[in-house]
Amino acid sequence: MSVEPRIGVYICHCGTNIADTVDVQQTTKFARGLDGVAISKDLMYACSGPSQQEIMMDIREQKLDRVVIAACTPRMHEPTFRAVLEQAGLNKYLLEFVNIREHVSWVHDEKDAATEKAIDLVRMGVARARLLQRYKEKEIPVGEEVLVLGGGISGIQAALELADADYHVHIVEKEPFLGGVMAQLGLTYPTLDCSTCILAPKLSQVERHPRIEILANTSVESVEGYVGNFAVTVSQKARFVTDACTSCDKCTEVCPVTIPNEFDEGLSKRKAIFKTFPQAVPAAYAIDFDACLNKTNLLVCERCMDVCEPQAINFEMIQQSTKKLDIDTIIIATGAKPYDPSLIAEYGYGRYHNVITTIDLERIYAPTSPTGGDIIRPSDRAAPKKIGYIQCVGSRKSNPALHQHPYCSRICCMISIKQALVIKSKIPDAQITIYYIDIRAYGKGYEELYERARRVGIRFIRGLPGEIRENADKSVTFIGEDALLGEMYAERYDLAVLSVGLEAQDDSRDISSLLGVARDTDGFFIERHPKLEPVDAPTTGIFLAGTAAGPKDIRESSTQAKAAASRASQLMRRGVFQKEALTAEIMEERCTGCKECEKVCPYHAISVDGVAHVTGALCAGCGICAAACPEDAIDMRHYTDAQIIAQIDAALAERPTEKVIVFTSYWCSYSGADMAGTARIKYAPNARIIRLLCCGRVKPEFALRSLEKGAAGVLMATCHPGECHYDRGDQEARTQYELLKETLREVGIDESRLAMEGVSAAEGKRFAEVINQLASKVAALDPIPAVKLAMARQKLQEHKKDLQRVI
Amino acid sequence: MEFEISGDELVRKVEELSGQNIFSCYQCGICTGSCPFAAEMDLGPRRMIASLIEGRAEVLQSNTPWVCASCFQCVVRCPNDIDIAAVSEALRQMTQRRGIDHIDLSHIPAEERKRIPQIAFVGNFRRMTR
Repeated sequence: MSVEPRIGVYICHCGTNIADTVDVQQTTKFARGLDGVAISKDLMYACSGPSQQEIMMDIREQKLDRVVIAACTPRMHEPTFRAVLEQAGLNKYLLEFVNIREHVSWVHDEKDAATEKAIDLVRMGVARARLLQRYKEKEIPVGEEVLVLGGGISGIQAALELADADYHVHIVEKEPFLGGVMAQLGLTYPTLDCSTCILAPKLSQVERHPRIEILANTSVESVEGYVGNFAVTVSQKARFVTDACTSCDKCTEVCPVTIPNEFDEGLSKRKAIFKTFPQAVPAAYAIDFDACLNKTNLLVCERCMDVCEPQAINFEMIQQSTKKLDIDTIIIATGAKPYDPSLIAEYGYGRYHNVITTIDLERIYAPTSPTGGDIIRPSDRAAPKKIGYIQCVGSRKSNPALHQHPYCSRICCMISIKQALVIKSKIPDAQITIYYIDIRAYGKGYEELYERARRVGIRFIRGLPGEIRENADKSVTFIGEDALLGEMYAERYDLAVLSVGLEAQDDSRDISSLLGVARDTDGFFIERHPKLEPVDAPTTGIFLAGTAAGPKDIRESSTQAKAAASRASQLMRRGVFQKEALTAEIMEERCTGCKECEKVCPYHAISVDGVAHVTGALCAGCGICAAACPEDAIDMRHYTDAQIIAQIDAALAERPTEKVIVFTSYWCSYSGADMAGTARIKYAPNARIIRLLCCGRVKPEFALRSLEKGAAGVLMATCHPGECHYDRGDQEARTQYELLKETLREVGIDESRLAMEGVSAAEGKRFAEVINQLASKVAALDPIPAVKLAMARQKLQEHKKDLQRVI
Repeated sequence: MEFEISGDELVRKVEELSGQNIFSCYQCGICTGSCPFAAEMDLGPRRMIASLIEGRAEVLQSNTPWVCASCFQCVVRCPNDIDIAAVSEALRQMTQRRGIDHIDLSHIPAEERKRIPQIAFVGNFRRMTR
C-alpha cells in the first residue's frame, strides 16, 4: 500500500457490559499508538444515534479511510456500522468489527487478562483493517416462486399468505395428504374448538388456490444455488389415483388389504387404498403401494378399479417421478413429531394395555375417530372412570440414554389440561389426576383454562410417578411421592395417559444437509438470531416456520409461519438481492489448471479451462478452494491470505507462547463462541479468535505460521461433521488438518499443539470446553526449535502438491 | 444435637465428596417415587436433596443415607443426572469422619471376629456407623 491508511478506532463500553471487565480507556489509548491509526476513541454506546453521528463526522472531517469498531458480536451490529460507513461515503468493506463483549468481557472475570485480550483483538483488527479493500456488490434478481417444505399447519399458513400476495407457491409434503399433526387432533386449546373444523377450510383454500401447487407424496432430492436461484429437484411417489376421484369410498370397501392406520396411531385399521380423514387434501384417495397387492408390478388385484365409477385408478403411473423447480425463496415447515415413550421402561408404554399417550387420546376422542368420539380405554373398550396423567414425558430430562430431551416441549401441560376438561364433559363422573413438576400455562387464555380445570375438580399432584405397574384387571397403579405432602402414593387408575413432548423429525438431518441450514443440539433448525431474527434461517432466502425450529403450539406456529411469509415476500417484492462481494479471485499467472479447486467447490462456481474461472454469482465465499489450491493461486475477497496472516502476527506480537490461535467459522463455532458469551460461560483467556466464514478456508500455512510466531497451540473450530454451512468445508478442514498433523509428526513437533473440534452455533459450553482442553494441554510444552519449524514448512509444501482429492 | 457445620459448608462438602451439582434438582420426586426403601426413610431422596439445597445441617441426622441400599434406581431415573446414591454416600462419609462408631471392634468376641468375613466387617463399618 503506497499511502499510509487513516484508521478510526472506536472502543465501546456497552454501558457496563464491556467496561466492567475490560479497561476501555487503556485499550483506547493503546490503539492510538498503532500504525495507521488516525484517531482512537471510546464510546459509551457505539450503536447509539449520537455515536453513529460522531463516527460519520470523524470519517468526513478526519478523512478516515478505514474504521475499526470494538464492541459486541458482528452478528448484532456489523450491518449497523456498515450502513454508517456508507452514509459517510466509505465503502462498507472498509469496516473491521472486533468482538470484545461476547468473546471477552462476558467470558472472563479477571480484568487484566480481559484487557490484554481486548488489546490483542484490537491490534489484530487494526492489522487487518490496514489491508481491507473496497468492493462492489452484485445484484441478484429474485423472482416470485416459493417452495414450502411441509404441509402441516405452518406450511399451509405460510403458503396461503404468500399465494394471497400473488406469489407462486409449491408445497412439498412427504405424506400423501396435507394437515400434519394438527389434522390428528380432536379439540384445540385454549378455546376448545374442533381442530378439523378450523383446519378443513384452510385445506380447501389451499387446494382451490390458483397459485398453489400441492406436491404430496413428495420429498426433496437436491437443492442447489442461492436466493433467487435455487434449483430444487423433488421426487414424487405415484398416488395411482387421479383427480377424477370423487371420494365415494367404494374402493376401500373392496380392498382386501388391511393394515394399522398410522393416522389413528395404530388404534384402527385402514385399507391399502385410503384417505386419512374426509376433508383431507388432496381430495383424491391414495394407494399405499407398499401395502397394495400390485406392488410387484403385476396386476394381481384390480377390485378397486372394478368398482371405481369415475375410473380414477391408474396402475400405469410411473412409480417415482422427479421434477425440477426454479425457486426464489424457501420456507422450512417440516414440523416435529411426538416423543415415543416406549423407551421409558418404567411407564410400560407398549407393554401395558391401558397406558397411552396424549396423541393416542386425541385420536380416541376426535370427531373423526374410530370410536366416533367416545372415550374408551384399549383393554376392554369401557369408559375409564379414573384417569391419571403424567407430565414431562420425554421432556426436561437430561438423561440421554433414553433419548429424552432437555427442553420443555411447551405444549404438553395445555394438552393435558384440555383433555382433562374434554373427558370431564364426556364422562362427568370421571376422576382425573394430573401428576406434574411445574404447570406452564403461559399463553393468552391458558392460565384461565388451567383455572377452569382446577374448578371442575381435576386434581393436580406435584411429583411424578417413579413407575407404573399393571394390575391383573389391566388397571394400572402409579407409585410415587406427593412432593408437597412428602408422602408416598400408590394410586390405581383405569387409564394412564403420558403427556409426551415433541422432538425433531427423523429426516431433519437430511433436510439440514440439503439446505445447508444448521440444527441445534436437539435437532431443530437454528434461527439467524434467536431473538431478533427468529424466522430467518442463517442462509439468505430460507425461512423457518413452526415446530421445525422448536416445539410450538398451533397459535405460535401460525404466527411464525405468517412472519416467515412476510420475510420471504419482502425479498421477492424488492426483486433484487444485494450479494456480498465475498468471492474467490484467481491469480491466473500462478494457476496450473490442476482442477483441485473445481473438485472441492460445493457450488460449481469454478470451471477450469486451461486456468480456473470463478462465476461470481454462484460463489459463496467459503474459501475452500483457496485452501485446496496447491499453487496458492486463489485468494478470497475480504478474507485474504495477507489479512489473515496480519491477524495472526498481531495476535502473537506480545508473549506469544502463552497464546492459542483459534480459527472459527462464522456460521457455527464463531457463533458458538458468541453463545458462550451470552450464557456467561467462562474459559481460558488466552484464546485469540480469528473469524472466517468457514474453517475450510484455513490453509495449513496459517496454522504453521502461528506456531512459527510462537503460539502455544492452534485450534480449528469447525462445525460438526456433515453440518457445514457450505456443504463440505468441514471435510476440507479435516484434510488440511490431517496434512499438517502428519507433517508435524514427521519432523517431531508435538502434534497435540494442533487441534480440530466441532462446535455448533448453539454450543457455547462446548466452545468453552474445547478452548480449555487445548489451553491446558499446551500450557506445559517447551518452545519448538526453529529448525524443526523450517523443516515442517518445507515438508508441507511437498505434501500439498502431492494431494489429489477424490470427491 | 449441635452441628458444627454451616449450611454453605455442608453443601460445599457434599458437592465436593459426591461430585454432584445438587442445585440442578427440580424436585420432581421421581427418586423417592422409585426408591424401594422410601417407606423406611424419614426424608427419602427428594427431601434429602431439598434439605441440602436449603443448607439444613439436620440432614446429617437423617436415616435416609443409611437406609439407602445403593440400588441406583433413583440414579438411573433422575432426569437431571444427579447421582443421588453418591450424595447419600457423601453424607455417610461426613458422619463417619466425625468418628462416631456404633460398632466397636473390641466389643466383638475374638472367636466371632475370626469367623466374620472381612468384607462383612468393612460393610458394617460403612453401613452401621452413626
